[in-house]
Amino acid sequence: MLEIEIDGKQVQVDDGSTVMDAAAVAGAYIPHFCYHKKLSIAANCRMCLVQVEKAPKPLPACATPVTNGMKVWTHSELAVKAQKGVMEFLLINHPLDCPICDQGGECQLQDLAVGYGSSASRYQEEKRVVFNKNLGSLVSTDMTRCINCTRCVRFTAEIAGEMELGQAFRGEHAEIMPFIEKTIDSELSGNIIDLCPVGALTSKPFRFAARTWELSRRKSVSPHDSLGANLIVQTKHDVVKRVLPLENEDVNECWLSDKDRFSYEALNGDDRLTAPMIKQGGEWKRVDWQAALEFVATGLRGIAKDHGPASIGALGSPHSTLEELYLLQKLVRGMGSDNVDFRLRQADFRADGKRSGAPWLGMPIAGVKDLNRLLVVGSFLRKDAPLLAQRVRQAAKKGLHVSAIGPNAEEWLLPVKHRALVAPSAMVAVLAEVVAALSAAKGVEVSVALHGKLPAVVSDEARSIAESLAAGRKVAVWLGSLAAQHGRASELQMLAQEVARLSGGTFGFIGEAANSVGAYLAGATPGADGLNAGAMIAQPRQAYVVLGAEPDFDFADPAATKAALGGAQLVVGLSAFDSASLRGVADVLLPIAPFTETSGTYVNCEGRAQSFTAVARPQGETRPGWKVLRVLGNMLSLDGFAQGDSEAVRDEALAGGVAERLDNGLEGVLVSSVVAAAGALERVADVPIHFADPIVRRAPSLQKTRDAAAPTARMAPETLAALGVNAGERVRVRQAGGQAELVAQADAGLAPGCVRIAAAHLSTAALGAMSGDVSVERV
Amino acid sequence: MLSQESLQQIDREIAKYPSDQKQSAVMAALRIAQVEKGWLPKELIEFVARYLDMPPIAAFEVASFYNMYDLHPVGRHKITVCTNLPCALSGGVHAGEYLRQKLGIGFNETTPDGKFTLKEGECMGACGDAPVLLVNNHHMCSWMTTEKIDQMLADLDKK
Amino acid sequence: MILAGCDGDRTWRLQDYVARGGYAALRRIVAEKIPQDTIIGELKTSVLRGRGGAGFPTGLKWSFMPRSFPGDKYLACNSDEGEPGTFKDRDILRYNPHSVIEGMAIAAYAMGAARGYNYIHGEIFEVYQRFEEALAEARAAGLIGQNILGSDFSFELFAHHGYGAYICGEETALLESIEGKKGQPRFKPPFPASYGLYGKPTTINNTETFASVPFIMNMGGEAFLNLGKPNNGGMKLFSVSGHVNRPGNYEIPLGTPFSELLEMAGGMRGGRKLKAVIPGGSSAPVVPGSVMMDCTMDYDSISKAGSMLGSGAVIVMDETTCMVKALERLSYFYFEESCGQCTPCREGTGWLYRVVHRIENGLGRPDDLDLLNSVTANIMGRTICALGDAASMPVQSFVKHFGAEFEYHIENKKCLVPPEVQRAGSQIYVSPSC
Ligand SMILES: Cc1cc2nc3c(=O)[nH]c(=O)nc-3n(C[C@H](O)[C@H](O)[C@H](O)COP(=O)(O)O)c2cc1C
Ligand code: SF4
Ligand code: FES
Repeated sequence: MLEIEIDGKQVQVDDGSTVMDAAAVAGAYIPHFCYHKKLSIAANCRMCLVQVEKAPKPLPACATPVTNGMKVWTHSELAVKAQKGVMEFLLINHPLDCPICDQGGECQLQDLAVGYGSSASRYQEEKRVVFNKNLGSLVSTDMTRCINCTRCVRFTAEIAGEMELGQAFRGEHAEIMPFIEKTIDSELSGNIIDLCPVGALTSKPFRFAARTWELSRRKSVSPHDSLGANLIVQTKHDVVKRVLPLENEDVNECWLSDKDRFSYEALNGDDRLTAPMIKQGGEWKRVDWQAALEFVATGLRGIAKDHGPASIGALGSPHSTLEELYLLQKLVRGMGSDNVDFRLRQADFRADGKRSGAPWLGMPIAGVKDLNRLLVVGSFLRKDAPLLAQRVRQAAKKGLHVSAIGPNAEEWLLPVKHRALVAPSAMVAVLAEVVAALSAAKGVEVSVALHGKLPAVVSDEARSIAESLAAGRKVAVWLGSLAAQHGRASELQMLAQEVARLSGGTFGFIGEAANSVGAYLAGATPGADGLNAGAMIAQPRQAYVVLGAEPDFDFADPAATKAALGGAQLVVGLSAFDSASLRGVADVLLPIAPFTETSGTYVNCEGRAQSFTAVARPQGETRPGWKVLRVLGNMLSLDGFAQGDSEAVRDEALAGGVAERLDNGLEGVLVSSVVAAAGALERVADVPIHFADPIVRRAPSLQKTRDAAAPTARMAPETLAALGVNAGERVRVRQAGGQAELVAQADAGLAPGCVRIAAAHLSTAALGAMSGDVSVERV
Repeated sequence: MLSQESLQQIDREIAKYPSDQKQSAVMAALRIAQVEKGWLPKELIEFVARYLDMPPIAAFEVASFYNMYDLHPVGRHKITVCTNLPCALSGGVHAGEYLRQKLGIGFNETTPDGKFTLKEGECMGACGDAPVLLVNNHHMCSWMTTEKIDQMLADLDKK
Repeated sequence: MILAGCDGDRTWRLQDYVARGGYAALRRIVAEKIPQDTIIGELKTSVLRGRGGAGFPTGLKWSFMPRSFPGDKYLACNSDEGEPGTFKDRDILRYNPHSVIEGMAIAAYAMGAARGYNYIHGEIFEVYQRFEEALAEARAAGLIGQNILGSDFSFELFAHHGYGAYICGEETALLESIEGKKGQPRFKPPFPASYGLYGKPTTINNTETFASVPFIMNMGGEAFLNLGKPNNGGMKLFSVSGHVNRPGNYEIPLGTPFSELLEMAGGMRGGRKLKAVIPGGSSAPVVPGSVMMDCTMDYDSISKAGSMLGSGAVIVMDETTCMVKALERLSYFYFEESCGQCTPCREGTGWLYRVVHRIENGLGRPDDLDLLNSVTANIMGRTICALGDAASMPVQSFVKHFGAEFEYHIENKKCLVPPEVQRAGSQIYVSPSC
């Protein structure tokens, strides 16, 4: 610890602290632009100059290390004179366009200029003009306003992991730019808008939409990935105008993914479902709520009576709130059916009934920084969980060794030390090899359940992974969405559990969606008598209640799903959007509120239950989903639908606690040593970041990014060669009964024998299941 | 994109630095690329960046920071005259004026036949030899009287 | 000394260098396994001060290198001579490159550095090529590389060629440049001795500094010191440019009167009157001619005259010089060469240049001199590296000593020195010695 006196106040700070850190402890504000607590120190703006005892010159607080007994004055005459001098320099070439600048009202330069600037400029020369850059559909530029603090440059290099911006040229001509004519394609790009202390980088979708002081600010939680980023949603006249990060060091720190930030545009789009609709004689008709709900209640009651309650199935999206999912399962169970599930993209349900609790990440998100070994099994980590990947990236800089198993090796922008790049069919075997090698390395016997199940020969890749884990002090194993959706997911889980046990670490699921953990807690999974999502499709029901999901995009096998739903007598769709996909199969559509228009709760991957309230009034006739389900429950005369508010629903759902119910433990799943027949082409399906849920797939600006490019058929160069196909050619892909025409693309980061074809897109919906054998031929 | 010979030269430069510090060779690689191609179009900068496993924008930062890289096409011969103070005191500015007259172009311009580009340079560390000028970045000419300038232009014209 | 006996056309060859007594110091050190401390002690005794501009005692600098650092340590030679008026390192490398190689090898031995780079100014490509050849000679002779002269001391040395950026003469910008980045100086602390090239402990010295080392080792620190005067040890190269009859490098003992140096340089061109001298490179404050004539050429005397010995670049200006025009050119240089990193320098150098440019072009305003003083005060001491100071000092000193000339310009919208006189003074001139 070091003693330092700042403006007469004594504080103690850790060794290695800077004067800026110490000022934060002392509660003294030092003006600054380039300094940012999450970025490396540049000390280039010079705004933070302070007076330090015995130093002949003012020193930059952000870069000056504290020495014991140091005395600092942040507002002495010397300090203020230096700060004012810097402010004058910053302003001489800065345009005086505050009235039309989107940063107006939240501009650090504007704020500080009021305190430090002088009214009349002594600079009488011509001002500099800097050409704007096209950074893509999300970030708008006004580069003449740039003060060259390089925060954005450092962000791309250090946090986003790829230097997409630089400061080119030099001296007064220095300017921030991407490589000539390149846009910014990072999934975290929007953060540079927050980081820019002036109006040089602003939100393109928000451009000129409102002045900041006209906006009301409300807290919310992102409905997308399993991190549950905390949001500030800004609205004007009940319209969401902008989304910003709400800082939460334990969850999203001060960042947001672009999906979190820009998806709100979809909420203001014109395909919102704003009134209940009923299909009669092939025609969709607007009806009032009463009529719609009666239609549903009567329909469900009739089917239960005619075909038995088990002919009713409920399919909820993991992006639905805890309250919605809880009441959904309560509704079908109240009617006597046990058919409810939210794991719409899952293929292997053998673990059901053998779990000790709700599967989760197995560790706190903030704990990533303490890990020194991480094995990621079957994940598109960077695009599936951008901010979790970001934490891994930072931890890797401090010595975390990351290993990966799976068919995909796309760029994660973090070092992957060891990788087993294998087809999906070989993942179980490779993970079993890791278990075998780890057991040998650690000299610890494997669990009885695995006796005789492990391979005798261990590949080099598996051995390196095992050795890396064996040397770990703090180890975690994460199963990604590819592992969770794998045809042998439960075996992967058994093996991951064993890896964690042998290496003394934790294991868990990254989770697919905002409420993947919450849905388990809500009971939105079938009991012993019920059918899971796969079975509800395989064994078609007479009636389905579909909550927040679209048949073409949100299911493991869109073709089979549409067939099953299409054949049912009654399909009730609860949706925020007027979805063509739903219209194709549904008989009634009920407009339910998206996350901004309802209260609710998401439980993120680390088991953090985060409740939020509505930030805007529901559009049109839209109603909060939990209320709709509650009314339905009452109309069906079911017990337990008397909750007065969503908090009551939440408390009921979480009555058993959260932490107490989280448990990845699994027992009794048989691990077999079957390896798929060689020679077949296997499909690898990712759910691209901007197709993953009904909101994001409708957000126009996100749909213009590179991450929203149409799916292709990606194959390793040798696979392409073996097929005699050139990259760029159109190919026909056949799978089960379906087919799709796509462009072939070379992907050196893909295991040979695999074809990576994204799911959740209309162009590939006809293919069927997300995994399985495919054939490829030139068109 | 680059000749085998240039790539070999670049490889020799890479070998000067620790094996995990390939980027250190970027200045030399850009120089070698420029010598071969005359200037540095963006594709060439990107090629060099990929060759050295560095982000293209980082290579562009370098190419745009150092004066001697040409980000735009230049004439067959680039002549850079030092006009900084020590040289100016001994005729540097006059040499520049003379060249402008002879070539009929201003600084940062290229003769219509594409043969000569004229630039004004900063101190070349040869002030005792004023006037000094640099031909094609790599050849320094000292004590450049008008006669010597005439001779030099005539020689270059033949190349 | 460094350039003594270097008039022939093969003096840069290894053979010639050895004939002049070259590599004797390195051989002795390696053969006798002279302790590192002895070498550093000798340097301290010599009071060799850095020849790159700041004049920091070299022995002391070497002693900052961590002794027992586990990883690599580096050495960098600063041959990025770009300070207007300075052209001595080019001659050292052209005529006596092995003195630098030997000096660096000794330094590497004394500090336990395994690798070194000589950063060579962009505009002198031919010199870079020659240095590469000298390195090849030394490597072939076992004087650098693995197991030097059969000992267990190894030192790899390479040349790194700049490509046109004055700022890379600043030592941390130089390191960034070797790392393949823009030459933007680093904030210090940490200093290179703890966090240098590739984040490893590094010592940077000027070409002339390294070239002086073999001589000190041969003659002893005491003798070297005595060549000069107390606190100003040894001989020093002075690059004399401007209005003299024989511009060039002159290697003289520190403490030699300026008037003698002027004499050696052939005296004032055309017998004209000395007006002003910049005694230590363009960044050093200008000194009126009359004051300069009373100075001796050493760190202390020049400092007393209100300037700096700097790199030893002596820019001589006679009465035909318009001081506003002279300052305009220097201000343009700093404006052009600012790396653009920190606000006061990026924005301030352009401001200074534009105001001086305005004055020179008859658009000056009455309060412009106050403005210049105030802007320089806002730059000085507030930047990451010393370029901010370097850009400010000429402005302050020109305005201070030649304020009347500036005021004349502002009032009369023209030069005090008639244009035809200026032209006559600065026309193309080739010294008789060439
Ligand atoms: C803007 C600037 C330019 C410099 N240029 C040079 C240079 O060209 N050559 C040099 O040796 N030192 C130069 N220096 C000084 C170096 O930073 C450093 O002090 C020197 O190389 C140390 O070597 P020495 O101790 O042997 O003098 C420059 C410093 C600054 C701030
Ligand atoms: S003072 Fe000038 S040259 Fe030095 S770091 Fe700052 S901007 Fe760059
Ligand atoms: S905040 Fe310290 S220099 Fe910018």
